[in-house]
Formats: sequence, structure tokens, C-alpha cells
Amino acid sequence: MSVKSDSSIYYVPHGSMIPTLATIALLFLMYGLSSWMNGGTNVVFYLGLVALIAVVWRWFSVVINESVSGKYNAQVDRTFRQSMAWFIFSEVFFFAAFFGALFYARHYSVGWIGGLSAEKYHTHELLYPTFEAIWPTNGPENMGGDFKAMGPWPLPTINTLILLTSGVTLTWAHWGMAKGDRVQLSKGLLVTVILGFIFLCCQAYEYYEAYAHLGLTLGTGIYGSTFFMMTGFHGLHVLLGTVMLLVVYLRVLKGHFSHENHFAFEAAAWYWHFVDVVWLLLYLFVYII
Amino acid sequence: MATVDTADHHDNHGHDDHHGPEPGIMRWFKTTNHKDLGTLYLIFGLTMFFIGGAMAMIIRLELFQPGIQFVDPYFFNQMTTMHAIVMIFGGVMPAFTGLANWMIPMMIGASDMALPRINNWGFWLLPAAFLLFLSTLFMSGGGPAGGWTLYPPLVLQTGDAFPFVIFSIHMMGISSILGAINVIATVINLRAPGMTLMRMPIFVWTWLITAFLLLLAMPVLAGAVTMLLTDRFFDTTFFSAAGGGDPVMFQHIFWFFGHPEVYIIILPAFGIVSQIIPTFSRKPLFGYASMVYATASIAFLSAIVWAHHMFTVGMPLAGELYFMFATVMIAVPTGVKVFNWTATMWRGSITFEAPMLWSIAFVILFTCGGFSGLMLGIGPADFQYHDTYFVVAHFHYVLVTGAVFSLMAAGYYWMPKWTGHMYNEKIAKAHFWISTISVNVLFFPQHFLGLAGMPRRIPDYNPQFAEFNMISSIGGFVFGISQLLFVWCLIKCIRGGDKATSQVWEGAQGLEWELDSPPAYHTFETPPSEELIIKHAPTAH
Repeated sequence: MSVKSDSSIYYVPHGSMIPTLATIALLFLMYGLSSWMNGGTNVVFYLGLVALIAVVWRWFSVVINESVSGKYNAQVDRTFRQSMAWFIFSEVFFFAAFFGALFYARHYSVGWIGGLSAEKYHTHELLYPTFEAIWPTNGPENMGGDFKAMGPWPLPTINTLILLTSGVTLTWAHWGMAKGDRVQLSKGLLVTVILGFIFLCCQAYEYYEAYAHLGLTLGTGIYGSTFFMMTGFHGLHVLLGTVMLLVVYLRVLKGHFSHENHFAFEAAAWYWHFVDVVWLLLYLFVYII
Repeated sequence: MATVDTADHHDNHGHDDHHGPEPGIMRWFKTTNHKDLGTLYLIFGLTMFFIGGAMAMIIRLELFQPGIQFVDPYFFNQMTTMHAIVMIFGGVMPAFTGLANWMIPMMIGASDMALPRINNWGFWLLPAAFLLFLSTLFMSGGGPAGGWTLYPPLVLQTGDAFPFVIFSIHMMGISSILGAINVIATVINLRAPGMTLMRMPIFVWTWLITAFLLLLAMPVLAGAVTMLLTDRFFDTTFFSAAGGGDPVMFQHIFWFFGHPEVYIIILPAFGIVSQIIPTFSRKPLFGYASMVYATASIAFLSAIVWAHHMFTVGMPLAGELYFMFATVMIAVPTGVKVFNWTATMWRGSITFEAPMLWSIAFVILFTCGGFSGLMLGIGPADFQYHDTYFVVAHFHYVLVTGAVFSLMAAGYYWMPKWTGHMYNEKIAKAHFWISTISVNVLFFPQHFLGLAGMPRRIPDYNPQFAEFNMISSIGGFVFGISQLLFVWCLIKCIRGGDKATSQVWEGAQGLEWELDSPPAYHTFETPPSEELIIKHAPTAH
């Protein structure tokens, strides 16, 4: 009956319709997206999207309520930590697919089409004898028309500094959590969220520049493909991380979290640092080299 | 707080350990119970097994004789493509996840899976994904027909089905990743006190390692199919040389997923037969620790050998050599396993109940598939075999007489535990013998067809291949129909039969055999004692 005996038991929730509703919402979203791409209406997609956001909102509020009411013992906390860590591990491999594509294109396919190992491969002389293997490229058929590459200066470098700073402010917030200084905690979180938002704005401006002035689009051959898909998926992850940190910030304002119980904060922080590291790799391999 | 008889008693206490199943049909939609979800996964897997099987029957019907008899070639291509995806993602993988759900908590003395609601979501994503996927058959342009490997540029010619296929694969992938995270968290975090890693049943080990493979493989597939999607709809040129990309790049990314996927399908099968053979040999598993290390080695190697699927595609010579040597190296830990299964049976007091028969057939026939895999793994030889029926024979030996046979073994082995009744041994044995004979009639001649040069994924063929194809088709029809025996046996077993004891099998070791048959809705809410765990440890007989 006592709190002590409760904390020895792993919390197994009641049956719930939330996951099934999440499935239905996702089904609508996926079906809607597919028919939209096939030239149909986008109404089903937006319905599914709104439904999914609503269900996820509900799901998280249930979890937060359970957490605040003390149903999660230390073992449940460990489950959450491990699950988040392995989820981030799977995200690493999602990005690995795109980094793999970039490296393959730069080290193999562009060189082969461009005649760098002409004694072994004949694509160059048979199909594209005039194509030169240089990076960045939009390929032998000049896909998407003439373009200028997106250099590291100034916006991407500014963005790098913004993200690195946000990592520092987040750690500062974490220190606030550790010593129980909630003012430092909430200030640090707020600054981090704002920095994340500024990063996204800079990224949007960079895309605008690319489309409006550089002739660089998603259709600009393999360079445009890798550039926009990699920075785009990274940007989506920054957006998700910013939303996570914003929720954590609002929860801090509501008085949630304690020295012992702040998994959501740490999960969001880990995610943010992961997104940070991905950006450093992007900065190096997409912008600089 | 102290009142125990209020309706929301459980909520007040921050745990939830006494409630039974929800009444009515809603139980299955709302459930967070690992046994319910295990049942759902298994039933879903069995259903998909028959849908995919029906597609295989159409394929074998068309191939019964040379010439175009029954279906038009384009539909034939849809059948080969969808048969593969339905069987892999809909049949075998969910069935293994179902076994993980049912058995892992009971085997490690946990009260449930670590993330019960995520578990529910992971399951229900699958019917949704396959609703999308199968609905493409009725769309303009038909279902996907470019092969399950989705190679561009061919796959980009798919009709309206294309985005539906991509997004259904995304949903299957989300389901797999959620399931894998759940298994890892459960095994790492929810083991009963005293259940050390090296006291875990081998099935738990193989699933843990499989879960890591899922986490590194499925996101890469998601990336690959996303690039296909943008190549088709948003002008990217990842897989088109015109823009500096390369169709071969897709194959590398795809097989970085695809090869670990092969082991995702077979490692839990290894775990199952490693449970069953000791039971019916009445001996502990020979070389438990070496089994664990062999499983981990196979998993590691499986992630670095992908391009052996691409020997004829074009690759630098050093690449061919590396992928060839790394591939045949997998034979070493696999050999350890086959040796250990054999050594477990050596001088055992063996009885031949249905699960044991399926397991012994697994060892022999899977090894047969492994040997043809060695032949294919040798680059220069593969130039001859590539894309022939030899490959089809090879992977059906490892997937059907491997993975599916292990699932049948598992089904009969744990059916008394799940239902509380003994299955009908006569039907089970009939099912086994008819299946084992017919599956060899079905697939063995395909080796000869492949060596003689018959290409795969072709609805018509040279008349010189007629005899072997007819034999293969006859085997296929018998194998297909004989699977209904399993359904009959299963339904009979659910409805009644001799009452099963908790131990069920004389030689069975493991915590699940301490529980009633069928077990209570919630089990091990109080963890089992360390003495009990030690008594049941795989190394302590």
C-alpha cells in the first residue's frame, strides 16, 4: 500500500485507444500524401496530419500526467532513457543512408561518368565524353540548369555558431537543473529554443537565396539532391528538437521536473546534441569540402 | 489511498497489475498486454503467410508449363514482387515479433514488455501498412512489379501504386523500429533480479541481437525509398547518371539494409531451434556461450557483406574480393551453430514430437541453403548463378525451410503453453511430413533449373526447363495446401484437447514452463526467485 511498495512495481498502463488512433491518423496521412503526389486532393493528408498531431498531443499529455503523478519508478525511467538512446541510434542510420549517397556520388559515380578511371569503366567515353568530374556538379545533362554552389560563408557558418552556442546554453540550463536553480534552467531553455528558431529562419533564408539567386534547386543534379535532402532532413530534425525543447520549457514554467525526475529534459537535450553533431558533419562535408 | 475496493484503485497506486482484459472486441484494439499483442502479431503473420502463399500459388501455376497460360506477364511480375514483401515484412517478421512478445517477458521473469503502449502501436501499424500495400493491386497501373528490391530506374515506372508502396514500407519500418526498441529495453532493463545476461534463454539473446540489426537496417531502407520517392516526384537525381547520380548507388544503400535483413529473419529462428533441440534431446544446449558469440559475430558480419548481392553489377576488383571473403567468413560462426545443434543431440535421449521434427528438418535443410549460399558467395561462380533459379532455390531453402520451419516448430512447441491444450500430434506429424517432402519437391529442382540457366522473375521459359518446373509446381501446390493442416491443428488446439501441464514437455527448461498453461493474463508481477532462475538457466542442468 505504501509508496515504497509501489515503486518496486513496473508501471504497466491500462488498455488505451491512443496507439490505435495514432495508427489510423498515420494511415490517413500516408494515404493522403500518396494520393496528393499522384495529383489528387491534399485534404486527406491535412486531415491525417491534424489528427496525428492531436493524438500525439493527447498521448504525451497522458504520459506527462502519469509521470507527474509519480507512477514511474526508477526502472521505468531507465526504460525511457534506453529507448530514447536507441531511437537516436536509429536516426543516426537514417542520416547514414544520405551521407552514404553523398560519399558514393562524390567518390565513385561522378568520377566514373567523368572518366577518372577510364581504363576500367567506359561510361564516360561511351555516353558522356565531354563531361568533366568536378564537384559540385549537376551531372552530364546539366540537370536543373546553371547554378552556383552554396558556400560555407556567411550563412552556414553563422548557423554553425548558432547551433554550437545553443549546445552551450542547453548545457548551462542542464547545470541549472543539477543545482536546482530553476531560473537558470528556464532561461537557458528559452535561449536555446530561440537559437533553434533563428537557425531555422536562417536555413529558410538560405533556401530562398538558393532558389532565387543561385539557380540551385532540388533538381540541380546530384549536388542539389544531396544538398537539399541532407540539410532539409536536418532542418526537420531541428524543428522537431525545437518543439521538444519548447514543450520542456513550458513544462518547466509549470513547475514540472525535479533533480531526480527530468527524463523529458534529458531526452530533448540528447536529441538536440545529436542534431548538433549531424550539422557539424553537414557543415564539413556539404558546405566546406 | 488505503481503500482497495474503489474502481480506480490501480490508478491510485501508480501501477496496474490486477486488471484483466477489456471486454469484447475492443480488447484487441486497446490492449497493452504482451500476450494479447503476441497473439495479434502471430495471427497477423499467419494471415499474411496465406496471402503471400496465394501469390506464390499463382506464380507456380503460371510456371507449371512453358508459355503464357493463366496470367499476363505484368501481373506475374506484381505477384513475384508482392509475394516477397508480404512474406518478409508481413509474414515472417511479425511472426517473430509475436513470439518475442509472448515469450521474452515470461522467459526473463518480467511482468510485461517495457513499452506496452508503443507495443500496441507497433502492431497496429502493420495491418494499416498492408492495407495500403495490398490496395495497390486495385490501382491504375496495378501493384509494384519491379521486384521487391525496388531497383531504379525500373521501379520508377510503377503506376499510381508507387507512393503507396513507399509509404507502406515507411509504416512497416516504423513498426519494426518500435518493436526493436521495445525488445532492447525489455531485455536490458526488465530482467528479473538474478537473470544475468549469460543466464538468459538463447532465444532472448538472438532476439536482442536481431533488434540491434533492425535499428541499423530499417532506417537505411527508409532513406533509400525516400530517395526513390524524391527521384520520382521532386526532380532529384540520386539514381540517375544524367544528374551525376547512379542507379547502382541505390543497390548499395538497399543492400546495406537488405543483407542485415536476411539475418533479422534467421537469427530468431536460430534461437527457436536452440530452445527446442535441448528440450527433446533432454540435454542442455551444447556450447551455450559459443552460441551467443556466434550469433553476435554473424550479426556483425551481416552488416559488412552487402555487395555480394551485386557481384555482376560492376564493382572495383578489390571490392569484389573483399565482399567475397567477408561473405564466406559467415560460414564459420554458422558452422559453430550447426555443430552445436548436432552435438546437443549427440547421445541425447531424443524423442520426435512435432517441434523436434521441424527443428531437425530446419538444421538439415537450412544447412543445405547455407551451402548453396557459399556457392553464391564465391564471386566468379556467382557470375554464372546470378539472377537464376539457383538463387531462388537458395533463399527459399533458408527462408522457408529455415525461417518458416522454425516458426512451425515454435508454433507447435509453445501452442500448449498458449492455449492450455495439447495439439493433435497426428495432424502435426502429417503436416510435418507432407510439408517437408513437398517443400523439397518444390525447391530442390530449382537448383537444377538455375544451374541450367533459367532466369528468375520470368513468366515464360524455354521448353527445356519444362519437367523440373512442373515437378516444382506440383511440390508447391502440395506444400501450399498442406499448410491448412496447421490452421486445422491450431483451431482444434484452441477449442480443446488434452489439458497441458505447466511443464508440457518432459525435458523443457526455462521460466515459461513454471507458469500455468495457459498462463495468467499477467505473469511474474513478482519476479521469480534467483534459485528458480538458476535452476532454469540454460547452462545449469
